[in-house]
Amino acid sequence: MSIMNNLMNGTNFDHKSLNALQKVTLRAVVMSFLFFGLVAIEGMIMRLVQAHAPIPDQFSHPEHYFSIMTVHPIVGIFGSTYQLVFAAFMFLVPFLTKKPLYSIKLANAVWLLITIGTALAWLSAFFTGYAPLYTLYWPLPADTTQFSVFGGIVFIVGVALIMVGTLGFIYNIYATIFQRVGVHKDKTTKELLISGFGIDGMLNLWNKLRGKQPYTKEPALALPVVAIFRGTVDTFLDAIVILAAGILVLVYLIFDASGHPLNVAAVDALLYKNFFWWGLDLVADGLVLIYVAGSWYLLATLITGQKLFMENVARAALMLELLVSWMVWSHHLLADQGQPEMMKLISGEMVTAFELLTQGLALFITLVTLWKARPLKMTPELAYLLAGLVGFGLAVPAAIIQADMGMNRILHNTQWIIFAHVHIALIVGLYMTLYSAVYVLWPIVTNNTRMFSKKLTWTHFWLYLVGGVGMGAFAGMAGLDGMLRRHLYIHGEFNTYMILAAICGTMVLVAWFLFLFNIVMSVGIKGLIGIFLPAEDKTASYGIEPETIAENHKV
Amino acid sequence: MNFSSSLELLAFHNVAYTIYAFMIISVIAWFAYNLTREEKAKSIVRIPFYTYIGFLVVMGVGHHIFTYNTIPWVSQDITRHDITPDASYKFEVGKHKWINMPKHVTVQCGQTIEFDVQSRDLVYGFGLFRQDGTLAMQMQVNPGTDVNGILDSNDILWTFNHNGLFDVVSTEYSGPDAYDRETGEDLMKVKKWLTVVGCKEDGGKK
Repeated sequence: MSIMNNLMNGTNFDHKSLNALQKVTLRAVVMSFLFFGLVAIEGMIMRLVQAHAPIPDQFSHPEHYFSIMTVHPIVGIFGSTYQLVFAAFMFLVPFLTKKPLYSIKLANAVWLLITIGTALAWLSAFFTGYAPLYTLYWPLPADTTQFSVFGGIVFIVGVALIMVGTLGFIYNIYATIFQRVGVHKDKTTKELLISGFGIDGMLNLWNKLRGKQPYTKEPALALPVVAIFRGTVDTFLDAIVILAAGILVLVYLIFDASGHPLNVAAVDALLYKNFFWWGLDLVADGLVLIYVAGSWYLLATLITGQKLFMENVARAALMLELLVSWMVWSHHLLADQGQPEMMKLISGEMVTAFELLTQGLALFITLVTLWKARPLKMTPELAYLLAGLVGFGLAVPAAIIQADMGMNRILHNTQWIIFAHVHIALIVGLYMTLYSAVYVLWPIVTNNTRMFSKKLTWTHFWLYLVGGVGMGAFAGMAGLDGMLRRHLYIHGEFNTYMILAAICGTMVLVAWFLFLFNIVMSVGIKGLIGIFLPAEDKTASYGIEPETIAENHKV
Repeated sequence: MNFSSSLELLAFHNVAYTIYAFMIISVIAWFAYNLTREEKAKSIVRIPFYTYIGFLVVMGVGHHIFTYNTIPWVSQDITRHDITPDASYKFEVGKHKWINMPKHVTVQCGQTIEFDVQSRDLVYGFGLFRQDGTLAMQMQVNPGTDVNGILDSNDILWTFNHNGLFDVVSTEYSGPDAYDRETGEDLMKVKKWLTVVGCKEDGGKK
């Protein structure tokens, strides 16, 4: 088959054979990877500015540079990651519970709202230079002496649309879980709630300690669904906090536009920081860690075809992670001298340290589950999963190190935080896990479409892994040498590190392009367009037995 | 063991984390290799589950106990309101400018200095950087007032044990107005603001 033919028609992809659930999943996946490309390009622009590369002067202008920095996490976290995770979960919950998704229309609204919202936020920053950064530290987002009121309103409306889309996802997930059809026809809401919160896992452990029969031998919900259930609690709380902060900013901007500006000092900056970080941290230390742990468990069981090792402990640990995630936000405020010392000590240091335990436990359970099933074939999905474990194996201890009153004094707001911790966690830990999920679910969601090239898959894997770890490491080292994360350097102060980080960043960008090329060559441009056409088959569920995936990994 | 400056701590941290990073990458690589082999791998070391969990708990909690006992500014920060500083500098920041800030400060070796910075409008940062760009210390500077309209304090105590010349940089982003819009020059940076004198070459009082 010629390259051109592949480009137009793909390998054996037939979009007409897809049902409504498969199509809505793929739509969000396509948008997610397009946004990933945008975020990689933005990241590279910032790396090139810091490395003093010969690029147009406008990128080095503070207004433009910081507007890129403002939308970079919005596009990356919401436009790309949220879309991909939401798409995967809106497919997986019906797939694992053998029930239809509550609403395909709502699922379509979710990806559309997130796409439009992300685009609005990006456009506002690009055209008006609105740049309060994603932290929105009060009163900067309402500072109309530096930013355009119109730009601010468009940005906040964009973020609000993303959050409304997020609420749509949450509703769809819970409505699907609580639907009393199929295997859950005879289950009560109470039983589903107990299972969703992992209380059955805890009771099983408690009964085992007392030498009694287990509370339940067959929990109502599969473990990955429990992780989705619990992570979504944090997703909800986070959406409410970001929406509330958005409304606050919007009110100030609208009053300013009407010629009657409100007093920004009426809102306490430190209290606002606490409120905002409590919500924002539910993304980083809540839903990401819980979703990731759940994804590891799912991938390990699907790849091996075996039961998860220590399943009851895993269920209980997910509950612990949820509680921990509500109490750790103070580690973002260790450099705030007005923050009470007890909060720094308990929330910022001690409770945060529990994440080492919960994530270490998830890593252990996943590794042992894989180990017990050996020998396994090293397929891309297994390799990506292991790389995801490496990512969190590097990023979580980096976080615990900086969540310390001594270390934070010299690491806060440096590149160490954002690269050695955040970028390694997201680019390597989270995305490698997501790529694993993409490769596991690919045959199911696309009706066994052949991937265009295995060589491209492996090239993507190595380029992405080495580039991701390398960029995090070199930029992180710059942080140890004093380079700040939200600062513009114009004298080449950290040039060596920045050039090395830019080289590694280029590897990530090239890897993304190869991945996209591989996907487009597999589904073809006609197939890609077809994904966005209405599905002829309106089915909102998918019933392939998970065991068939494990068959592909037997040596 | 005691870290008298951030440089010593950062060097230690760099080595320790690098060793750890190579270790975790090697462990997963070893694991991946043996996952695909037919014959059973020989365990290098057998770690029982509860030992592993105990290790994680000890590392998580022990890390803070270690830093509390080896990094002098931790306990000093917690008890700073009970300590009388050798000198105190109180100034404000507003509209991306330092206000009533001394032109230059000279500190004798071993002195404990209080910096109290108040913001009139936005969130800023206050950081001292050595001439090679490394960070000595920093804090956030939040705006706000009490019920009487007096600006909130953002205070920190710092003991200087090494000679040096330090720049002041706002360590928190406060909008593009902190920079020259054309050249990108940091307008809030104050070069060579603080000098520490009287220390031995390797630190400590003469």
